[in-house]
Amino acid sequence: MSQHSAAAIMSGKPAASSARRRAASDGRLASLLLFLPPALLLFTLFVVLPIGEAAWYSGFNWNGFGSPTRWIGFDNYRFVFDTRGFGTAFRNNLLIIAVSLVIQLPLALTLALILAEKFRGSVALRMLFFLPYVLAEVATGLIFSFIYDGNYGLLASVYRTFGAEAPHLLASTQTSMLAILVVVIWKYFGFHMMLFIAALQGMDRNLVEAARIDGASRWQVLRHVVVPLLYPTIRLSVFFAVVGSLQLFDLVMPLTRGGPADSSNTMVSFLYNHGVSRMRVGYGSAIGVILFVICVTFAITYKRWFMRDE
Amino acid sequence: MRFLTRLALAAAGLTLAAGAAAAQTTVRWLHLEQNPAQVKIWEEVARRFEAKNAGVKVEMQFLENEAYKAKLPTILQSKDRPHILYSWAGGVLKAQVEAGVLEDVTAGVGAYKDNLSAGAVAAFAIDGKLYGLPYTVSQVGFMYNKDLFAKAGVDGGAIKTWDDLLAAVKTLKAAGVTPIAVGGQDKWPLHFYWTHLAVRLGGKPAFEAALKGQNGGFEGETFQKAGELMKQLVDLEPFQNGFLGFKNQQALGFFGDGKAAMNLAISSHSATQRALAADKKGISEEKLGWFDFPMPAGAKGRPSDTLGGVNGWIITKGAPKEAVEFVKFFISDEVQRELAKQNFIIPTFKGAEAALSAAFMQNVAKNIAASQYHQNFYDQDLGPSVGRVVNDATAEIAGGSMTPKQAAKAIQDAFKQGN
Repeated sequence: MSQHSAAAIMSGKPAASSARRRAASDGRLASLLLFLPPALLLFTLFVVLPIGEAAWYSGFNWNGFGSPTRWIGFDNYRFVFDTRGFGTAFRNNLLIIAVSLVIQLPLALTLALILAEKFRGSVALRMLFFLPYVLAEVATGLIFSFIYDGNYGLLASVYRTFGAEAPHLLASTQTSMLAILVVVIWKYFGFHMMLFIAALQGMDRNLVEAARIDGASRWQVLRHVVVPLLYPTIRLSVFFAVVGSLQLFDLVMPLTRGGPADSSNTMVSFLYNHGVSRMRVGYGSAIGVILFVICVTFAITYKRWFMRDE
Repeated sequence: MRFLTRLALAAAGLTLAAGAAAAQTTVRWLHLEQNPAQVKIWEEVARRFEAKNAGVKVEMQFLENEAYKAKLPTILQSKDRPHILYSWAGGVLKAQVEAGVLEDVTAGVGAYKDNLSAGAVAAFAIDGKLYGLPYTVSQVGFMYNKDLFAKAGVDGGAIKTWDDLLAAVKTLKAAGVTPIAVGGQDKWPLHFYWTHLAVRLGGKPAFEAALKGQNGGFEGETFQKAGELMKQLVDLEPFQNGFLGFKNQQALGFFGDGKAAMNLAISSHSATQRALAADKKGISEEKLGWFDFPMPAGAKGRPSDTLGGVNGWIITKGAPKEAVEFVKFFISDEVQRELAKQNFIIPTFKGAEAALSAAFMQNVAKNIAASQYHQNFYDQDLGPSVGRVVNDATAEIAGGSMTPKQAAKAIQDAFKQGN
């Protein structure tokens, strides 16, 4: 599909018919007919159908065996909103988003600004900071569950050096989410840093130079030239951070399994703990649908409002 | 031409080979056993069965306990599902039977079931049809470290009432010993406290009434009282630091390392704690004590009532008949005695318990034999959905985030919600 028609669809303008005429006239209809069906089929089969199925299942009281028969309407949604743990999970998701935006992205940007310069060791440092992102989520979770262990963990030995008793961060409802947030930042800041470094390196240096010649201070250059040029990347980064936060699951499971007392669930781990592992497919599907609606609403609004130019 | 003939011959040869392969039956067997010493015996049993039955291959698969529970519905509906699965009987088994994913093995087992303990076999029968066979039973009770008890000056054998237990916890704490190790992250080790208190307080009638929704169901007096008594214990802070972050395996290892004096355990954990201890030895036979769950004041249950599991093997739909044969072989007198001799299990084959060599396990076997009311684990008996709420709610009593009243209400609400 041409960029033009894609943009037309994004902005929702009624330009589809003229696009079709053009596609037919320059012979692209043939390639469209040839290449679109496989992708469309796969997309329908593995994305659209399951979403539809989940919506359908969410109306049933069903344990996943056989086919659903007990229709209970919107009761599952009521059950979900009645569960205290779901509210906590939702708040935790918001917390992760907030921390990603307020701590992780500025940290990544600062490091990117430093490491985008060429100096001895800059490449090695980039690799070092990027490494956590390469690590599998479950492995990261396990590593940190060892680090946090109040008896044998790294943190415990640090505490002991100072003669203090180590806290069991993962075992307390007050600190479990905090411990997960630290891991989230540690794991993903490298990814955002790399995005920023790539953008910085692709930036037109002449603009920076021109500003310097005009007598702008380092701070002014940063504030009025570099960061504005990074806006498209920042918007993309924010998008990734928010969607990633909403989907966070595989870090939580090895660390706390959402506990204690549902204090560190995200919406997805809540879905798993309260839907899948309890064989409540209808209930789980209802959570899935809620999550889907949140994600889609966010994605569309964000595209509309912030990423219009791209 | 000659080439074509050769090709045809080769094709015929291939077909023949394929025919021979089809005659080979593979029995897929999924288990959860973590103790390598025990798994080794099981492997030998499988090889012996293969040697006796030409053309049959037994393939062992392993899943960790929690992972298995989460995957079970998917496993059961897969085309490549194992033929033999681990089961705790109870409500989970009932849901599986209703879904039609299990094989009715009443005919395949036949009169063989008469060799086994009738009560245990009954756990695998639903509406008069048999879906599997039990290979072991277990009892929940306190195992304790005799050295640590002696250090604090506590007599384990004298703990008979709930107040005795509370007093022992206080004495142990005063002596600087962590009284109890518990795997709070898994939640079910905590649900033992609440469940066993309910078994003690109300006996069989209370549970049956709750199932019928009488006397306020699980929100009734017995179950609220169970929560309150549990809270009395929790308020003494008897558990190791950070217990809500411990998995059961870690807690057993912690106990096996001699870092806590007690563990409310399933009887078979007496062997597991050894495998999970840092030195792989754990608490030795003579240092390991056992006392039955204490009686609270005003309890209506009998002291002989037991809480525990009935574990066995269920056969999935469409499994070859060799699967049933293997299960029968696995639960034969010979194999049961072999496992009992090393004190891994309390056998279900009548008379095999004579092979138990440790006084600890002999005592448990005697308890179960004497019990007139053997309550299956609530989290299995009540089915996956309600059972998990029992686990959640009791873990929250332990964590202090729910009052006993709220916990009982949460369980009753889940029970009413059904699914």
